[in-house]
Parts: sequence; structure tokens; C-alpha cells
Amino acid sequence: MTEVENPGSGRDAEKLPRAVQVTVRERVGAQSPMTTPEAVSVRLTVNGTRHSFMLDPRTTLLDLLREHLDLTGTKKGCDQGQCGACTVLIDGRRVNACLTFAVMYDGARITTIEGLAADGALHPLQQAFIDHDAFQCGYCTPGQICSAAGLIAEGRAKSADDIRELMSGNICRCGAYTNIVAAIQQVMERS
Amino acid sequence: MISFRYARANDVADAVRQIAGDPNAKFVAGGTNLIDLMKMDVERPTKVIDITRLPLNQVENTPGGGLRIGALVRNSDLAYHPQVEERYPVLASAIMAGASQQLRNMASTGGNLLQRTRCCYFYDTATPCNKREPGSGCSAIDGQNRMHAILGASDACIATHPSDMCVALALLDAKVHVSSALGDRVIAFAEFHRLPGDTPQRDTNLDAGEIITAVELPEKGFAANYTYLKIRDRLSYAFALVSVAVGLELDGDIIKDGRFALGGVAHKPWRDPRAEVALRGRRANGATFADAADVLLRDAKGYAHNSFKIDLARRCVSRALTQAARGTPQSQSSKKIA
Repeated sequence: MTEVENPGSGRDAEKLPRAVQVTVRERVGAQSPMTTPEAVSVRLTVNGTRHSFMLDPRTTLLDLLREHLDLTGTKKGCDQGQCGACTVLIDGRRVNACLTFAVMYDGARITTIEGLAADGALHPLQQAFIDHDAFQCGYCTPGQICSAAGLIAEGRAKSADDIRELMSGNICRCGAYTNIVAAIQQVMERS
Repeated sequence: MISFRYARANDVADAVRQIAGDPNAKFVAGGTNLIDLMKMDVERPTKVIDITRLPLNQVENTPGGGLRIGALVRNSDLAYHPQVEERYPVLASAIMAGASQQLRNMASTGGNLLQRTRCCYFYDTATPCNKREPGSGCSAIDGQNRMHAILGASDACIATHPSDMCVALALLDAKVHVSSALGDRVIAFAEFHRLPGDTPQRDTNLDAGEIITAVELPEKGFAANYTYLKIRDRLSYAFALVSVAVGLELDGDIIKDGRFALGGVAHKPWRDPRAEVALRGRRANGATFADAADVLLRDAKGYAHNSFKIDLARRCVSRALTQAARGTPQSQSSKKIA
């Protein structure tokens, strides 16, 4: 018999000052209410495959990809839109998957790092990152490559300065920036 | 994040009907700020109304020669719009100076106006903050206040408005079109954002139940002599310590019309008519620019960690006015300051 099931004999709880017990209870209540949200239906095409879900509306696209579809190539770094590790393409545009509710993108086409390679051949950006040794630990790399794919599709970058500025939403704490820019430049010049 | 009900709105009438009378409901468009704040439990809506399907995606010419920007036009689309690049380059430049391309691809025009401050105490629910919890106190006044306001602050709040785009919209005398169940109205940009006073919880004069439908630019765009100069701790993807938007109309070297607006220094984009009077009719040279900067900063007040911003702002104003007068606007790509 645990003390939780029989709070009347909760010796440990009684050791806590009353004010602390209240504080703990309030904090839990404030941050994770136990009410069940109304699930929302959403359809997404992810890397060419159609999926239907019933989702808690709080589910971010990032969590949907990683936890529901097991597509763990898209990384969770800061989860606040500051690092770019979660960058994916929605209808061809690069976005931070951590700052989206998946239910807002009903009907959209999502491309992740797992969807870039075609017919068993690496995407040119994947090959260029290998050619230029454009990563060290590799954690930011899927986001860097998806972001670079978006950048090339935008067609705005003309110089190394432009690449650096337009890739500033992707942080690399190993500091592989020089080689990342070189890899992207290689693909831009050939495309 | 607390649990919420999710609803989609089909048009403006549907959106304002769904939000009417519910103080705990929020609209979501880009979500880049709201979702972040919801994760931090700073924003706690119990109902979230998705407005991304509203037909507010157009950029259109107005009969008066200006431009009407739908509230859902995304920041990157606006910065790259041919009319904005050609006629309002200070707006394009300011947008490109802010955030990252991923965020600009998501963030909406209306949402950019409604960004909340990035004051670290506003984000930290363990600390007092009058903006987040009215009456709880301001942690920044005697805390870490390097990023905070030097103009227009109050004893209740010294937060700054984080937007770059809004600095350019203030410069251009934009108008904000809003709708509610009670009807439509137009708010001058200078009247849209508020100073903190004793109600720092209110960032803007948008009333409960109102939705931004468009931002309108007047005809004058200062395409020949403009700049957006932003000084920050990193070269890219950081909020401004000080930023300056400038628009000049020159007759030879005489300033016919001159405007400048500052970001990173106050609770709203900062324009000062008296400082602009100090430009008009005078020669576009260093002495004139220094005078205008002195007028603008006459009541500036620093705190423990941000007094450096007063001199930084003075130098940025002079530099930005010089860039605009020479027709050499700041590049947002090459980081060299001309």
C-alpha cells in the first residue's frame, strides 16, 4: 500500500511545511492541467505519403514527425525557434517545425530530411555537405540541409554574404559554418 | 502549455464572431511568437482561432497611390514583393534585418505588429513582471536591463518593442485597418502601439475582439534616400540594441522632408516630431544630423546596464542620416557599415 493511495498516513507529506505543499500542488496544476483537449482531424502529405491523424491541437509539427511518424531526422534543439535544427519544408518553404501547430497545416505537403534523397541517390546538398566536411557532430545538419534547400528554391542568394545572412537561422555549435557555406555555394553554382 | 480548444475561421466576420466576448481566446496566424509564449506559459489562451484561411493575402495598390498589405501576407513575401522593393525599400530592408528566413516565411504582417517584448523577465514566469502580471512589479528596473528602453519608459515597465518591420512602418506613416463585431476602423501607426505608463500589460490600442485586416502605406516611400541601420550583439538574427530607419527628401543638399524612427529604445517604434523639425530646411550634413540626434535624445534615461545605448543611439542616428543622404543604404547582407 503506497502513501499516495492512503494520504491519511502520508508521513513524508506531513514533513513538508504546509505552504510548500500548496505551492507544489499549484505549480503542477498551473503548468499541466489534466483536462483533455478536443482532438482535431488533420491530413498531411509527408515525404510523398498521405497520413491522417486525430491530434491534441498542442502537437507541434516537430513532435508529430518525431513521435507519431518516427521521422527522427528532424531534430529538436531549442524548441523555441532559435536554433533551426527543426527546419522542414512546408509546401516548399522552409519553416521552424517547433513553432507550428500541426493542425494548422491541414492538407499541406511536408518535406523532411528523410524525403530529400530520390531513388536511392543522395540529394546534391547531402553530397555537398559530405564533399566539404560541412558538419562535425551532425545534430544541426538535417536542419541546415533543409534550410539550404529552401534557400536555393527562393533564388535570392547570389553571394557568400547572402548565403551567410539567409542561413543565419541555423546555428551550428561545432562551428562548421565555413564549410556549410562552401557546400551550399557548390550546389547553387551547379543548379 | 495549457490545453486549449482549436477552431478555424473562414472569413473576417466568422473570426470576429468567434472571438467576441471571450477574453481567453487568441487568434493565431504565423504563430512564431504566440506558440513560443504558450510553451513558456506566458500566454495561456483556452481557445485558439486559426485565421490562416482568411482571404487577407493580397498586396494591392490603393486609389490614393499607396499600397494595401493584407494582414496575412507573410514577412518574406512582403520584403520580396516587387512594389515594396522598388517603392518602399526601407520597409523591405527592415524586414530582412529581423528574425531568420524560416521565421519570416511563417510570420504574418498583422502578427508582426502584435509581437510581445523579448524582455527576459516577461518570459520568466518565476519573476515579477507588470506586463505579464499587472501589479507584480518590474524585475528589469533593478535587474539585467542591457536590452531595455532609454526613452518613454515608466516606473512600471522598461521593456522595448522588438519589431524591425514596425520601425519602418512608423517611418512611413502607415495605417492599420482593424475590424470587430462593432465595425471597422483605421488606426494611425503612431497611435497603434502604446507607451507603458501604468498599464504595461497593454502593448497596443487594439481593443478586445478586434482583428487586424490590413496595413496601408501612403504614397510617399523615400525610395531614393533611405536606410535601415540595425546595431545588435550578433551580425544577424538578434534583436536590436538600437536601430534607425530614415527617409529623406532632398533638394540639392537641403532637406525638404526628413523623418527617422528608432527601434530597440522604447516600448514602441520611436518617432519624435521635434527632432524631425530640426532636419527640415537645413543642409544635410553632420552638424544638422547631430543636432537632430540631440533633440531626439534630450529626455533619454539609462539604467544600470543600458546607458551606453544613449550614445549608441546618437551615433546611429547620425550615421543612418548620413547613409540616407548619400544614397548608400545599409546592406542587410554585407555587414559593413558605410
